[in-house]
Amino acid sequence: MRAAESTIMLHGRGLVGGVAEGEALVTRDSISGWGGIEPTGGRIIESRHELAGQSFKDRILVFPGAKGSSGWSGMFHMSRLAGSAPKAMIFNYMNTKIALGVVVTRVPAVTDLDQDPLDVIETGDWVRVDADNGLVVVTRGGRPQTGVGSRQRADGGSDE
Amino acid sequence: MRLTDDERRMRDGEQGEAVQAAMDLLIRYGEVLGAERLVDTDNVCGANIFGPRQMQLCGHAGPDAVFSEFSLDSPEPVEITPMRAQSYQLIGPMDTQHWQVQGLSQEAHDAIEESESYSARHGIHLMNTCTPYQVGNVPVKGEHCAWMESSAVVYVNSVLGARTNVEGRESAAAAMLTGKIPYWGYHLAENRFGSHLVEVAEPVRSSLDWGLLGYYVGELVQEGVPVLDGITEVPNLVKLKHFGAAAASSGGVEMYHIPGTTVEAGSVAEAFGPRRPVQTLRYGQRERRQTYQQLNSTAKDSDVDLVMIGCPHATLSQIRDVCRLVEGRRVHSDSALWVFTPRAIRQVAEQNGYARILRDAGALLMSDTCPAIGQFLPKGTRVIATDSAKQVHYLPAIMKVQGWFGSTEECVESALTGRWQGELR
Repeated sequence: MRAAESTIMLHGRGLVGGVAEGEALVTRDSISGWGGIEPTGGRIIESRHELAGQSFKDRILVFPGAKGSSGWSGMFHMSRLAGSAPKAMIFNYMNTKIALGVVVTRVPAVTDLDQDPLDVIETGDWVRVDADNGLVVVTRGGRPQTGVGSRQRADGGSDE
Repeated sequence: MRLTDDERRMRDGEQGEAVQAAMDLLIRYGEVLGAERLVDTDNVCGANIFGPRQMQLCGHAGPDAVFSEFSLDSPEPVEITPMRAQSYQLIGPMDTQHWQVQGLSQEAHDAIEESESYSARHGIHLMNTCTPYQVGNVPVKGEHCAWMESSAVVYVNSVLGARTNVEGRESAAAAMLTGKIPYWGYHLAENRFGSHLVEVAEPVRSSLDWGLLGYYVGELVQEGVPVLDGITEVPNLVKLKHFGAAAASSGGVEMYHIPGTTVEAGSVAEAFGPRRPVQTLRYGQRERRQTYQQLNSTAKDSDVDLVMIGCPHATLSQIRDVCRLVEGRRVHSDSALWVFTPRAIRQVAEQNGYARILRDAGALLMSDTCPAIGQFLPKGTRVIATDSAKQVHYLPAIMKVQGWFGSTEECVESALTGRWQGELR
């Protein structure tokens, strides 16, 4: 068992400014935009993806990077207009798909962190992304007690 | 990012608000990438045909507002001026001839048709294909381009030696308006060398073989630049089209080398240049079989409702191959056979009588779109079959159907009999 509410701070490069916090949704699989997500519900639909069926809506999406079709930005752009975008994005691998994707999704985004976020952050952790300062604060095991609202959601999300 | 004087003038609005919004997007994008500057381009392929969904999300504020939001990421509607760079429309949502087969409403048809003519009025060539390199846009070695469509990007980078990253809708549209794109990634010579060596120990001959190899390689190298060693038979456009499309679907391959065949590598050593392979992969019988099983992992029922040929869009040679398989026979009453090709090639197929042969067999020659992009299938479709690793990767996920992958012959046969009988030979 991990200690409740231990916090970890990561430093990296802020890409799209702003501050957001929420529950982490973490995957070691790269994400396809077009053909990989369904933008209206913010759901991963790629058949063999480890998050298939889960939604990133209102969560902090932590993933290696973007792959697949050039429709990546268009799909995340659409998810923003549909109100289903992630609250923030944390990723490792830069390419044109993710770069344009974070620009048009217009949510705080960071990369080049001093520790691998995929090792540090687990689904369900509470994450604060301060992209203006390239700062990520991870609180183990869900929302800090001082916060308001529910403490933790089940792993599979509860967007249905 | 360093800007030149003319780029600064664009940013400051001296060439109008559309160019200004485009330059703003390119600067935001370039800075996230970490690009030092922009590069001039006069060859841009993008996707700017919209339908009712986009219009509704923009509150029906008109085509300039839709282009501003979806193509330029500008929530403020700006008046769109003619494209500065040579600009080409990629595959779109509708076949202007067979839109009713797609199940589109009159309203959706009219909206998409209006969006097409809006693009045309702004100087975008309506090629409407995922394979611009088939129908007149054939970049030369070293030409800086800004293309969307991962299967086309990997083809022109690798086979032709053009220089482009996989762009998205917004960056391509901004390049159309400005003639600029971030100088990053595959625009720089040093990023075009090989990263992974793939020892191909299994003969790779048919289009199916090339699709399997591409899917395997993409899954393992992801964003790497694979170098294929051991290819004994020179492929052709169709085979490399399948290979690249597959590698760009299972992974994010935007560039590869086949020493002796693709333009930037005469030898394995030249393909790697100053780099050393980060990994060596071996593709043999076992890998081929595993990849085949992965591609068929969504399928179990053998009644086939739709056979899809033409992902990426079919060449005339592929259309003729299908004609030879169906001539004098009929597509099964419980099945359908759809072949997708660029609009310009459908014209030639009509001229050559291929379109008539397909019609007589009960098949359909469609253009401008595909089931995955347009999101349409015959009513009640549960099982599809295709000879494209890319299409079978995407369509089951997008349309919630089962998908069989096999050779063109097996696919066409399943449309004629209504039953899937494919196997790996």
